[in-house]
Order: sequence, then structure tokens, then C-alpha cells
Amino acid sequence: MRQLVPVLSAHWDEKDSFTIEAYTRHGGYKAAQKALAMDPDAVIQLVKDSGLRGRGGAGFPTGMKWGFIPQGDNKAHYLVVNADESEPGTCKDMPLLMANPHVLIEGCIIACHAIRAKYAFIYIRGEVTHIVRRVNQAIEDAYKAGHLGNGVEIVLHVGAGAYICGEETALLDSLEGFRGQPRLRPPFPAIAGLYAMPTVVNNVESIASVPAIILNGAQWYQSMGTEKSKGTTLYSLSGHVKNPGQFEAPLGITLRELLELAGGIRDGHRLKFWTPGGSSTPIFTDAHLDIPLDYEGVAAAGSMLGTKALQIFDETTSIVRAVLRWTEFYKHESCGKCTPCREGTWWLVQILRDLDAGVGTEEDLNKLLDICDNIAGRSFCALADGAVAPIISSLQYFRQEYLDQLANKGPLFDPMDSTLFASSKAGA
Amino acid sequence: MAYSNEDLATMDSIIKRYPRSRSAIMPLLHFVQSRVGFVNGEGIELIAKLLTLEAAEVSAVATFYTQYKRSPVGEYHVGVCTNTLCAVMGGDAIFAGLKEHLGLENDGVTADGKVSLEHIECNAACDYAPVVMANWEFYDNQTVQSAKDLVDSMQSGNPKPPTRGANTLVTWKEASAVLAGINDGKAHEGVQAGGPTLLGLKISKEGK
Repeated sequence: MRQLVPVLSAHWDEKDSFTIEAYTRHGGYKAAQKALAMDPDAVIQLVKDSGLRGRGGAGFPTGMKWGFIPQGDNKAHYLVVNADESEPGTCKDMPLLMANPHVLIEGCIIACHAIRAKYAFIYIRGEVTHIVRRVNQAIEDAYKAGHLGNGVEIVLHVGAGAYICGEETALLDSLEGFRGQPRLRPPFPAIAGLYAMPTVVNNVESIASVPAIILNGAQWYQSMGTEKSKGTTLYSLSGHVKNPGQFEAPLGITLRELLELAGGIRDGHRLKFWTPGGSSTPIFTDAHLDIPLDYEGVAAAGSMLGTKALQIFDETTSIVRAVLRWTEFYKHESCGKCTPCREGTWWLVQILRDLDAGVGTEEDLNKLLDICDNIAGRSFCALADGAVAPIISSLQYFRQEYLDQLANKGPLFDPMDSTLFASSKAGA
Repeated sequence: MAYSNEDLATMDSIIKRYPRSRSAIMPLLHFVQSRVGFVNGEGIELIAKLLTLEAAEVSAVATFYTQYKRSPVGEYHVGVCTNTLCAVMGGDAIFAGLKEHLGLENDGVTADGKVSLEHIECNAACDYAPVVMANWEFYDNQTVQSAKDLVDSMQSGNPKPPTRGANTLVTWKEASAVLAGINDGKAHEGVQAGGPTLLGLKISKEGK
């Protein structure tokens, strides 16, 4: 079995891990010192050489993204950190920031140096009061210690409950003080991002991975992971596993290996379906236990690594109910800018509500797929693409269950059986 | 309500955080909620004046984001995650239990103004499912009974502390100030991580 390799999570078990004292005790801010003494282009090259890829879902090479920023253009450049973690199932950046906000700040200092930016903005979701406190205090302490304010300013920007703002161009509109709606690309943020200036938008985990790369070198990072997916990453297991939680491992570990670490599926039950990287990534089943969880491995099997949010569901879970609930989420979070997404998600919910109640015909399944076909890829952003992922993949693997539910003229499952308190009845 | 000179100075400092003033709309809306409890017309007019915008432009932003409330919520705003994973793990039962217990529908407020109830989307704590939030603090691994006990404790004026958060549950207005970027000095309170967050690290240290 592959070993877990805690890098980001290495010191989370120390009670004061979120303080600047604890961070400095473990060599914190030495990477920034080292990077600031380097030529910015050399920093970009080092991150390119490390093979680090975006941890927010798309997996775009981080160093290459930094390299897209035009230099010598006499324009302000900006770094924007996407801490708007809200993809269903995704729960890695928030615990990271709760336990160690300083690693993000140090990563920001290094990234700003590399792309010649004076401002970094951390756009954090609004529904996390205590994490906002921790990041805000960390920024204050970094200023007091002189790590910030000498060429790099960090502004914490708190969102207000809109999933779409995790999409990078909607995030930029939101940060500029508008409704969070995606922009048409091109131009890409590297050319015209925040305030129409060259901007890098990176996920929390991507930026937080940079300090260790600077300190230990590209070769060290390259030595972990698989051929095209380098380094370690946070895998988040949730749902019907005995011990859910965060597991930091080199890219390429399998769900079978992770499940063993998590104590397996809860007692007396078996795996039915799971998401590899949040609800926008097509679901997998027990036939996919040995797929390497790296960018290529998951894509080759027809899904996406996404945010490595492994939501595990056992045989007590109704696939129709699960997909309906995700679809209701996408309908609620559709920003309304593009008609196919705004209208399409609404109709998908109508049909799925009927199917969940056992109402409809087999023709409705085809209608679902037809609507999916008409909204995916037809909007400015990928929200609609995410919305259709659970529907299409569930019909691929569990079409019969949809039909059985129709034949039954009602739900096939008792929702209480799938709850955490099902066995103890403590919640009843 | 009248905003004090101190309030106006705070709002000015929020605007000065940004290279361009319009970016301050969102923290200013959080700030209005910290003073009024929700976003009212007066708050929108004030922000528009401070940023030299039309009230309609500020209103357009305020109505886009679900955390900005257009009518008063409770002193303790309770959100039950009913996105798929939490719903399946018990969130649906918890939400139904709280509605019945409090006699509220979604977005309702108790008559004493203490508790309001809302079903919310994924709150990035799936390894602690089912999750309940109060004033956006984490209450992990809830049951129907523990959630009822929680709202009871709110109504009796002595709310249970969050699982991963400050030592005591702050009020809705106080939490809104934190979201406006105002440091309330409580960052050092509470745990650095919960059990599930540390599970992988623990296993790797045990050398498994």
C-alpha cells in the first residue's frame, strides 16, 4: 500500500498550528526569504519544473499559468486566491486554512514575487466565520512580522454565499463589486483579469503547496506522484465510510487504498457509488476502486479528479434522490446569465422530482439526457457541465434503478437507513 | 438607524482596503448587517453614497448573494446542510426535526427573535456530516436530538459552543462584523482541527 505523505498537513496536530509562532517554528517564511532572493522568472521555472498542477479542479499547470502573465507591460498585476470552496463534497481548503493559514500567506508572497504583483486578494467563502477570523489574524500577524507590507499587500475578501463565485471569472466580477457572473473568455484573466489587469487566479491548495516546493526543490516534488500528476495532495473522504477525513498522499493513490485507511465502508454495508472530485465530476461505482486518482487516471475512466472530494455512498442510498438533490443545488446556484443553464437546470429539477416520487415514464429518462445535451457546453462557464455530470453518469450506471423506481411508483429506499444515526437510532 | 462616527470611520477603512472603491460593496453589506441585522434600504443608500453609485447598483449586488438578508433573521441563524451528502447522512431528518420543533418553515424566525432556520448548501465540512451551522460556525456530526438541544440552548439564552469555532457562539450581528473583515480577537479560540481533519496525519505517524 502506498504511504500517506503529510506535507501540507504535517503540523496540523499541534494545538497552536494556526499561529505565526508555530509556523515559524517549523521553518515558516524561510521559503519566501529564499524566493525573494531569486529572479522572479527562476521562481516560475522552479514551479513549472515541480510539475505542480491546480488543485481547484481543472489541474492546469500552476507554473505555466504564472508564465502567461505578460512582463514589462507597465500594468498592475494581481494574484487572486480562490478560497471560495463550495463544490459539494469538497472540504480540504477550509480545514487547511483553519489549521495553517500562514502557509497560504507565504505562498502568496512567493507567487506575487514571481508574477510581479503587489496585491494578493484572498476570496474566501462567507459561510465560515471562524476561518475568516483565522485568516484575518494571520494576515495581521504577517504584517506585524514584516512579511507583508514590504512590497506585497494581502486583502481578505469575504464572499456571501454564491457557489458560482468559485468560477474564476465570476469570482473576479464579485471581487470588483458586481453580481458574481462569469465572463466570456477570451480574454483570459492572465490578460484581462481583476480590474482588466493581468491576473493569476489559483486555488488555496495550489498556492499553499508552493513554499515546500521552493524549500525542497522541484526534484523533491517531482519524486512524488505519477508521471504527469506530481506531488502530494489532500484527498477528502466523506459519507458512508467508517472513518471519514483528510488523507494527504502522493497523487495516484486508489480509492481501494484510501478506503482501507478510512476503515472501509461502514459495517454491514457495501459501496454503491462515489464521486472522485465533487458533485460536478461524473460518479463512479465499485468497478472503479483501482483507478489511480490522478488527473489522467480519472479522466481516462470518464470522470475528473476535480477537488479530490471522495463522497462515498453505500447501498442504502437512492441514486435518484442523490442526483435530484445535486440538481436542485445547481438550479439554485445557476447565476442566471446564460439561458441554457438558467432554464435547463430548472427543467431538470422538475423531471427529477417526479422521478424521485416514482412519477413518469421511461421517456422522461431520455428527456433528461436530451436536456443535458442541450445545456452542457452551451454557457459561459462550466456550471451546467457540472450539473449534467451526475445525471448522465447515474443513468449510465444505474438506469435500471430509475426504472425500478418508476415501476414501484415511489421511492425504493427508506432515507433513515442511510443516515449516520440509522443503527443507533440516536437521532430518531 | 443612525451610524456613529466610528461606524463611518470603519466603513471608510473598509473602502481603503481596495485599489478601487467599488470592490468594498460586499464587506460594506456585511457591515450593514452587523449594525442592522439585515440589509435595509437605508444601508443600501448609505453604501451607494459612500461609493458614488446608484442605489440600484448596490441593491443588485445585495440581492444576488444569499447571505445578505432582506428581512431580520434570528439572533442565532441556523443553517442545516441538505446538499446530497449531508442530506443522506441525516441532514434531511435534522431539518425536518428542527422545522417541527421550532414550528418554522424554511427562512422562518421564532417569535422571540432568537432563532431563524434555513436549509443551506454544502459548507465544506463533509467529513463531519451531517453539519449544522449557526451564525456560520461549525456544529459537526449532528443528530436530530443534538440539533434540537442546540436551538433550545439558543432560546434559553445560553447557546452551546461550536464544535470548531470560537469558545462561545457570537450573535448574528457580531458574526457579520467578522465577515466584514473586523477582527474580534477570537482567532486563537477553539481547536486548530477536528478529528477527521487529522486522521490521515495520525495514521501516517502511526506508520501504517
